[in-house]
Amino acid sequence: MSFYLKGVHVPHLKRTSNLSAVKMTAPKYVSIPTSMHIGAPATPIVKVGDNVKVGTLIAEQNGYISSPVYSSISGTVTDISDMLLSNGKTAPIIKIESDGEMSIDESVSVPVVNNKEDVIEALKKSGIVGLGGAGFPTYVKFATDKPINELIINGAECEPYITSDTVTMVDRIDDIVYAIDILVKYIGIEKVIFAIEKNKPNAINTVKKALGGRKNIEIKVLPTLYPQGAEKVIIYHTTKKVVKIGELPIDVGCVVSNSSTIAEIGKYLKTGMPLIERCVTVDGNIVKDPKNVIAPIGTPLEEVFEFCGGFTDEPKKVLYGGPMMGIAVPYLTVPVLKNTNAVLAFSRNEAKVPKATACIKCNACANACPFGINPIVAAKALKTEDLAGLEKSGIELCMSCGCCSFACPAKRPIVQNNKIAKETLLKLRAKEAKA
Amino acid sequence: MAASRMYLSISPHIKSKITTASIMLDVTISLLPATIAGCIIFGMRSLAVVAVCILASVASEYIFNLIVKKDQTIGDLSAVVTGLLLGLNLAANIPFWQAAIGSAFAIIIVKCIFGGLGCNVVNPAITARVFMLIAFGAMAKVAFPISVDAVSSATPLELIKNDATPSLVDLFLGKKGGAIGETCTLALIIGGIYLIARRVITWHIPVTMIATVFIFSFIIEDFSFISALSWTMSGGLFIGAIFMATDYVTSPSTPLGKIIFAFGAGFITVIIRFYGTYPEGVSFAILLMNIVNPYIETLTQRKLFGGREK
Repeated sequence: MSFYLKGVHVPHLKRTSNLSAVKMTAPKYVSIPTSMHIGAPATPIVKVGDNVKVGTLIAEQNGYISSPVYSSISGTVTDISDMLLSNGKTAPIIKIESDGEMSIDESVSVPVVNNKEDVIEALKKSGIVGLGGAGFPTYVKFATDKPINELIINGAECEPYITSDTVTMVDRIDDIVYAIDILVKYIGIEKVIFAIEKNKPNAINTVKKALGGRKNIEIKVLPTLYPQGAEKVIIYHTTKKVVKIGELPIDVGCVVSNSSTIAEIGKYLKTGMPLIERCVTVDGNIVKDPKNVIAPIGTPLEEVFEFCGGFTDEPKKVLYGGPMMGIAVPYLTVPVLKNTNAVLAFSRNEAKVPKATACIKCNACANACPFGINPIVAAKALKTEDLAGLEKSGIELCMSCGCCSFACPAKRPIVQNNKIAKETLLKLRAKEAKA
Repeated sequence: MAASRMYLSISPHIKSKITTASIMLDVTISLLPATIAGCIIFGMRSLAVVAVCILASVASEYIFNLIVKKDQTIGDLSAVVTGLLLGLNLAANIPFWQAAIGSAFAIIIVKCIFGGLGCNVVNPAITARVFMLIAFGAMAKVAFPISVDAVSSATPLELIKNDATPSLVDLFLGKKGGAIGETCTLALIIGGIYLIARRVITWHIPVTMIATVFIFSFIIEDFSFISALSWTMSGGLFIGAIFMATDYVTSPSTPLGKIIFAFGAGFITVIIRFYGTYPEGVSFAILLMNIVNPYIETLTQRKLFGGREK
C-alpha cells in the first residue's frame, strides 16, 4: 500500500539557523523537575540543604520507563516541592541555588563500553531522553531484543523558528559521529538513515562531509513539509514502512532518534557528563537578540530571555517548543526542560487567538492531515458520542500536529476538538469492553 | 520582569492566512469576467440585476441574524457570493422584485434556517434558480443579447432542439440567449482557472462534469463533434460545473468522491436535456447530486495511514 502523506507549508522563520550555540552564563538558581520525560517521575535523593555539583545525581530512575535527573549547576538545594508541570502532571521540582563555581561532581567519569549491555547501561545512566519534543527515555528504544533494521536520525526539524537541532548538527558533528560508531558497533544496527529537511543546507553539508560515502549510512534530504519530523511520517518517508496504530517503530524494525539526542549520546560516551544542559533556540517576534543558547536544565526562562537581550514588548504568549505543537506557559519563571528545543516569546498581536467562525465544510483540515483523519466526521461523531463514527474518522491516529487547525479558514480549534474526540473514543471503547 | 497574565491557548499558535472571507473574495473575483461579459452581451441592466441580488442577499442575512439574535455573519462574504451567483443565473430582463425574492429565498430558506453557512443541505444559488424557474415560469430563463436580433428570444438549447444552432464561436463568446453569467464560456473558463490556480477548488468536479456531458452528447448525437460541443457550451453547464457544483458544503471532499459526484451531475444533465421536458438540466442535476452528496462522502473517505485493520 502506498500513501501520499499530506501536510502544510508553514513559514520557516529560521532566523537563527546560522548562529552557533552560545553557552549562557550560570543562572542564579535552577528549578529541576523530576518529570521531564515520558514515564514515571524520578525519585528525589537529595534533601534541602544538601550541597550538589554539576552532574550530581539528584533524583534516581523510578521504574523501567523513567530517567534519572542530575544537577546542572553547583550549589545548595533550597526547596523540593510538588508543582504542576507543563505536561499536566504534578511532580517534585528541585530548586538549587548557585554558588557560582560550576564545579563538577567527582562521580562524572567516562563510561567503559565493551558490549551492548554496557551501552544500554550507559544510556540509562546518562539521563538522556528524546530531545526533539516527546522526551521518551532513550535507552528504552535501544534496549530491545528485536532486530534494528534502521536507525533513523531525525534532523527534520520541521517546526518554524526552531534551529537548535540544525546548529547542533553543525557544531557537534563529532559527537554525532562518535555516537553512531558506538551504536552501530555494539547495538547491532543494520543501517543508519540520517534524514534532514531540504531547508537546512548547512546541516546537510556538514553531515555529508562527515558521513558521506560510508557503508550502511544513508543521508536522506527530505522535502520541506510540516510535519516531516513526526515519527511515523519520517519512518514512512525514509523506509516506506507503515507504523500501525498501537505499534511502536521497533515493531517495523526502526528506531527514530533526534539528531540532538544522538549528539548528547556521543558527548556522554566521550566525557561521562550526563544530560545537564541543552541547546535552546530563543526567538519570537519580541526577543531582542534571537540566539541559540546552551542553557543548564532548570534555568528559568526569564534568565534565558534576559541573556538574549530581553524583550522589545510585553510578552503575551511564551512557548515551550515551536508554534505548531509548542505549549504555552503561564509564567516566565518556568524552567528549561530536557526536551525544550526552543522558547519563543510573542507580543499581544501575535498571541491573539482568532475568532472561530462557522465550518464551511471546505475539508482543508482533512486535506492537510498526514494520516487521512477527517476532523469533520470526528466532530460530528463526538457530538452524539457515536463510537463507530469516531472509529471511522480515524481520530485515534491524531498526534495533534496542528495541520488541521493551521489550514482551517474558519480558524476553528480543531486540534482541541480532536483531543476531546480521541479521549471520548477511548472512554467509549473501554465502556463497551466492560459491557 | 514581573510575570504578566499570558495567553494559554492550545497549539498550533499560528494559522494560515486563508480565511473564509478570503475564499469568498476569490470566488467573487473569479466571477467578475462572467459579470463583465454579461454586461457587454445583455446590457447594463444585467449589472442592476446582479446588484439587486447581492444587496437582497446580504440584507436578508443581516436581518435574519438580527431577528434570531445570532452574531452577524455578513462579513464572511458568503452572502455576496450567493447573490452574485444567483444574479448571474437570471435573465437580464427579469423584474427586480423577482430577483430580490429569489435572493431572499436562497439566503433565508435554503441557508439560514438550516443553521447558516456550512449547514445548508443544497446549494442556495442553484436551489433559488430552480425555485424561480418553477415559481416565475420561464422568466428565469428567457433573455437575448442586445446585439442579436429577436431570433434569439429562444435559448440555444431550445434552438438546438429546433436545429437552429448558433455558431460555435458565438457559443464560446456568449453571443446567445440565456442567463446573464452563463453564456460566455470564455469568461467562465478564465474564472475557473483562477479558482484552481488559487487552490480554492480542484479540477475534478468541473472537468469531470463537463467531460461527461460532452461524451454523452457525442454518443447521443451520432458522434458529431460539432453538435457535442454545442451542447456542452450551451445552457448553464460551465457556470454550474465550475461555480455551483464545486460548493464546499454540498459536494464531496475526496478526489474520488468529486469525480463520482460530477459524473452523476453530468449524466443527469444529459438525461434531462435529451429526454426531459425542461430544455435545461444542469440546475436539477446539481441539486439532485447535492442531496446524495452525504452518501458519496461517506463511501469515499480517504484511506487512513496506519489505521486499524477492519
